Amino acid sequence: MNNVLRHHLFWPVAALVALLVANTVARPSFLSITIRDGHLFGAPVDILRATAPLLLVALGMTLVIATRGIDLSVGAVVAVSGAVALSHIASSPNPESPVTVLTAIAMALALCLVLGVWNGFLVSVLGIQPIIATLILMTAGRGVAMLITGGMITTINSAPFKVLGSGFWLGLPVAAVIAFGVFAVVAFVVRRTALGMLLEATGINPAASRLSGVRSKTLTWTVYTASGLFAGLAGLLISADTMAADANNAGVFIELDAILAVVIGGTALSGGKFNLSGTLVGALVIATLERTVTVLGISPLVTPLFMALVVIVVTLLQSPRMRERLTAATRRQAVTPPEPQPAARPDSTEVKAR
Amino acid sequence: MARTTLTRTVLAAVAATSLFALGACSSDAGNEPAAGGEPAAGADDGVITLGFSQVGAESGWRAANTKSIQDTLTAENGFDLKFSDAQQKQENQIQAIRSYITQGVDVIAFSPVVETGWDAVLQEAKAAGIPVILTDRAVDAEDETLYESFIGSDFVKEGETAGQWVAENFDGEGLKVVELQGTTGSAPAIDRKEGFESAIEGSDVEIIDSQTGNFTRAEGKTVMEGFLNKHDDIDLVFAHNDDMGLGAIEAIEAAGLVPGKDIQIVTIDAVKDGMQALADGKINYIVECNPLLGPDLAEIAKAVIAGEEVEKRIVVKDEAFDQAAAKEALPTREY
Repeated sequence: MNNVLRHHLFWPVAALVALLVANTVARPSFLSITIRDGHLFGAPVDILRATAPLLLVALGMTLVIATRGIDLSVGAVVAVSGAVALSHIASSPNPESPVTVLTAIAMALALCLVLGVWNGFLVSVLGIQPIIATLILMTAGRGVAMLITGGMITTINSAPFKVLGSGFWLGLPVAAVIAFGVFAVVAFVVRRTALGMLLEATGINPAASRLSGVRSKTLTWTVYTASGLFAGLAGLLISADTMAADANNAGVFIELDAILAVVIGGTALSGGKFNLSGTLVGALVIATLERTVTVLGISPLVTPLFMALVVIVVTLLQSPRMRERLTAATRRQAVTPPEPQPAARPDSTEVKAR
Repeated sequence: MARTTLTRTVLAAVAATSLFALGACSSDAGNEPAAGGEPAAGADDGVITLGFSQVGAESGWRAANTKSIQDTLTAENGFDLKFSDAQQKQENQIQAIRSYITQGVDVIAFSPVVETGWDAVLQEAKAAGIPVILTDRAVDAEDETLYESFIGSDFVKEGETAGQWVAENFDGEGLKVVELQGTTGSAPAIDRKEGFESAIEGSDVEIIDSQTGNFTRAEGKTVMEGFLNKHDDIDLVFAHNDDMGLGAIEAIEAAGLVPGKDIQIVTIDAVKDGMQALADGKINYIVECNPLLGPDLAEIAKAVIAGEEVEKRIVVKDEAFDQAAAKEALPTREY
C-alpha cells in the first residue's frame, strides 16, 4: 500500500479518479460510451479529444522543462499554425482537395518548425534565458498570426481538413489518435534510447554534462524545435475543431495549461528528471476539470476560482513536504497505533469532496 | 571572452528588436499608413480626421463591423480614418484614444471593451475639445456630456425578440432550453440574457442550464458537448451570438443528433456563416444585430463637426430571420 501511495503517479491519478467520480455522482451515465453513427460517443470520448492539443503542447513542454528551460511561445505558435493552414486553404481554388489540405498542413508545420528552431537558437547558441527568449515569440507570434489572417477570423469549409478536428478513425476521434500516437512515439524514443538520460543530464548540470561529452547545445536546440513542431500540430487540431483560425483567441493560455499539466504530472520546473506518463495524466486532469465545470453546473462567475481550488489541492498533495506534514499531523491525533493507511485517507477524501 | 559576450549581447539585441518590430508592424496592420508622421489635420481642409479604436477581431460580427467602418470612412467620403485594434484589452484602447488626442484628430470614435473605467480618458478628450462617439457598446460614465452620441443596437430588445419567437412557437410544450452566454460581465451578455428571460416569462419554456461560451466557436462547442453529456432532454439552444451557435451545431452533430430538428437553435447576430446555417436548416431563428454602423457613424461625425445637435442614443434597426427569410435575404446580404 505504501509503495502505491509513494508512486509518482498516485496523486495525479487520484485527482483524475476523484474528478471522474464527482462527474459520475452528478450525472450517473457520465462514463457510459455508446456507438452513434458508427463511432464512439460519450463524455470520455469528448475528454480524449479535448485532451489532444494540450497533450501535444505539454509533451514538448516536458522535454523543454527537462533541460531546465521553458517555452512560453507555444500559444502563439498554435495561433500561427492555424492561421497559415486556414489562410492557404481559404485562398486556394479547391478547398476540398486533399492535396490542398496536405500542402496547408505541411506549410503550417514547416513554419512552426522554423519558429521552434528560432527559440532553440536564442537559448542554446546565444545563451539567452529561456523565459526571455520565448517571451519574444509569445508576444510577436500573435502579431504574425494577425498579419497572416489580416486581423479577421478566417473560416473555411473543407471536409478533409475537418477530419483532423471532428473525424473518427476506427471509432476513435482522429485528434486523439494523432496526439496519443505522437506521445507514444516520443515516449518510446526518449525512454528506449539514451536520449532521455542525456536530456536529464543536461537539465541537472549543463556544464558537467558538456564536459563529460553530452552535446547539451544540440539537445537543447532539438527540444525547442520539437516543442514548436508539436505546438504547430496542436494548432492544426484546434483550428480544425471549429474550422476557424482566430489569431487572438486560439491557444490563449495554453502555455500555462501545459506547464500546469507538466507540474501536476510530477516534473519539477527546476529541470532534470522528467516524467512523460505524469504529463499525460496531467493533461487528462485539466481536460476533465474543464468538462466538470459544465457537468456540475458551476456558475461562470466562480469557474476560475473552482479550477484554482482543485489545482491547489492537487499540487499540495503532490508536494512531498506537505504530505509528510499531513501524515505527521494525523499520526499525532490518531488514538490507535499509527498505520500508513488511515494516515493517507483524509487527503483523498478531501479531493473527492471537491 | 569579453568579446564573445559582447557579440552575443549584440546579436541577441538585434534578434530581439527585429522580432519585436515584426510584431509591432503587424499589430498596426489595419492602420492607415501615416498614423504618426502626418501633421494634425484640422476640419478646415474639408477632410474629417477620425480616430477609431476597435475592440478586436473576436468574431465574424466584429469583422463585418470593422469592414463597414473602413469602407464608409474613406477619402472619397471626406474622411481620414485612423484605425486601431485593441485586441480586447481596455488598456490598449485607452492608449489608442490618448494617441488620437495627441495627434489632434477631429473626432474620436470607439467601441468600449467594457463598460467602466473611461471617465479619465474621456475627460482628457473633452479638455482637448475633441468630440467622442460611441459605437456598438455603451460606457458607464456619470457625466453624459463626455460623449456626443451612442450608436448601437438595443441588446435587451434582441434578447426579447429571440425569447418572444420561442414563447410564441413552443408555449405549452414544456420546452427545455440551454443557454450559451457571452463573455461574463459584458453588456451584450447581460442584456440579451435579461431580454430573453423576460420574454419567456409566463410561458412554460424553461432554461435548464446556462454557461458562458465567451462568444467564441471553440468554447461554444466545448460547453455544448458538456450540456449534451449532462442532459438528455434538451429541446432548444439559445446562443448569445452566431459563433457559439455554430460551435453548438458541431457538438450536436458529433452527438449523432440533427441540429435544427432534434435540437432547435436560436442565435443573435446574423453574420454570414450564421445566415448560411439558417438557410441550410441547421439554425431555426436568428435575431440580427446590425454591424453596419459605418454609414451612421459617418453621418453623426459630420453633424458633430458642423456643430449640429445630435441625438444622444441612436438605435440601429435590427431585423429577425427565420429559415425562409434567410434563404431570401442571403444572396443580397453584405456581411
